[in-house]
Amino acid sequence: MTDPDSASVTALDALDVATEQALEPPPLHAPVMQVRDLAVSFANRTAVRNVTLDFPRGQITALIGPSGSGKTTVLRSLNRMHDLVRTAKVTGQVLLGETDVYGSGVKPALLRSRVGMVFQGPNPFPSMSIYDNVVAGLRFNGVRRKALLEEAAESALDAAALWDSVKDRLKAHAGTLSGGEQQRLCIARALAVEPEVLLMDEPTSSLDPISTKRIEELLGELRNRLSVIIVTHNMQQAVRIADYCAFLLMGEDRAGQLIEAAPTTTLFQRPTDQRTLDYVNGRFG
Amino acid sequence: MTTTSSPQAESDPVLARRRNIQSIAARSFGRRQLYSRVALAVCGVFLLMTLIPLVSVITYTAQRGLQAWSVSFFTKLPTPTGIPGGGIWNAIVGSLIIDAMAVAGAIPFGILGGLFLAESDGRIAGGIRFAADVMSGVPSIVLGIFAYIALVKTLGHFSAIAASFAIGVLMVPIIMRASETALRSVPRSLSEAGLALGARRAAVSRRVVLPAALPGLITSVLLALSRGVGETAPLLFTAIGSEYFSTSPVKPIAALPLVVYQDGIQAYSDLQTRAWGTAFFLVLLVLTLSIGSRLVAARLRRARR
Repeated sequence: MTDPDSASVTALDALDVATEQALEPPPLHAPVMQVRDLAVSFANRTAVRNVTLDFPRGQITALIGPSGSGKTTVLRSLNRMHDLVRTAKVTGQVLLGETDVYGSGVKPALLRSRVGMVFQGPNPFPSMSIYDNVVAGLRFNGVRRKALLEEAAESALDAAALWDSVKDRLKAHAGTLSGGEQQRLCIARALAVEPEVLLMDEPTSSLDPISTKRIEELLGELRNRLSVIIVTHNMQQAVRIADYCAFLLMGEDRAGQLIEAAPTTTLFQRPTDQRTLDYVNGRFG
Repeated sequence: MTTTSSPQAESDPVLARRRNIQSIAARSFGRRQLYSRVALAVCGVFLLMTLIPLVSVITYTAQRGLQAWSVSFFTKLPTPTGIPGGGIWNAIVGSLIIDAMAVAGAIPFGILGGLFLAESDGRIAGGIRFAADVMSGVPSIVLGIFAYIALVKTLGHFSAIAASFAIGVLMVPIIMRASETALRSVPRSLSEAGLALGARRAAVSRRVVLPAALPGLITSVLLALSRGVGETAPLLFTAIGSEYFSTSPVKPIAALPLVVYQDGIQAYSDLQTRAWGTAFFLVLLVLTLSIGSRLVAARLRRARR
């Protein structure tokens, strides 16, 4: 591993270069994930196209844009969730490190243990206890050793700022937790597998402001652990938490496309595209 | 109705329209209230009409059946007509054996089939779903003949197992379609969460989807059981009935619906009374199964919260 500071500086440069010149060779310190000319269509209707984007390692990248701009579609193509939809077709390239995510030898299940996901609403497994929820991913991946399960569970719950409040009731049903706690349980469940990347699809959109704040706070600490890619429709949230932002917008053909990607402050204060400026200033969307 | 009219209000189209709408609403209120009450009354009448058969079936069978009930009715074997004190113990045990074997055989096919239907949208699933719907429409006597040809003729004699086969075949499509509905009602986000953790589909089905749908699955099995317990026609060609006590799956066996059918058509009043007593017992059994399945499902759902 490289020194995280130098990595982030070069990754920042890489992001700028990548958005301007898609065919430039990868920079020295490779981003954690790269998307090249991605297009996703459902039953011949193109949902998103022409997305070329780098996700810097150990940072938080936000995908922002109005409804229908394809943020979630891009996110779900990163861990091949579109495989579950029969009519979905993904073209272009997605790289995780050096691995072509859609390459022929890649097993989606193994990929998804490296690229975790947190969903829009809390979705703990209702038939399982808090503990069983946290270690569910490990068990799915064949981990059976009790010591390893317990160690990973504590670490993940701790990182999700939930350990102190649930450590005495790990056997309780997950449904006994509040909505905000359930969402943090889902974050812990995703973290327990120790993925390299965590995808988050509007993780706070169903939560109250206080629960939202707690999750935003713990996101900042996750940087030490993994890279985060988050979809948010809330621009203030993007400004508060994200190091980088990618702005997507629905084009005239009703397909989403990438308008620009930049460090958060640049995108919000000095965007290069007029449409980005209009959006971040609240003129539409 | 008095309204203060100002020159300003006359010229304001919104105010004028509001006043017009409010006056129409007030004038038509009586008519609308009447319409609503009539509609409600019609609904009530039809509800009553559907309840009448249910209530009268239960009360009439209770009236006729309760006179047959006694401790020995449930614990003794049947006696020939004219000799008092006989019971339906052998038929209770017979029905228990037939339906237990039927449900045990039908559960794996029904629930795994339901899982396949819930998980797959392909053409094969469509065909199986259609076949299951056709199957649940097949007259049960046809299933009895099927079991007769398949098991009675080949084994050479009537048997409990042939009856279980006929009842089980009848149960499979019921369990399949009801458990498909229960499994489909498990939120998609749960299986997505499992897959996003790196699980294979079979693991998600077994550890996430099936446990989450458990209340509905239990209901689907009890629904099929309550249907199977009362079926008579499939037993006529298979279990045939018996005056003796038997627990052997390969011998003819007594069953509750057969007692109702066979004793009910006799000319002797003590046998007819036994048929009524058995009929009332069956009605209560089916009622208990239906109500019980709802209670079990409700309790399981509550425990999750």
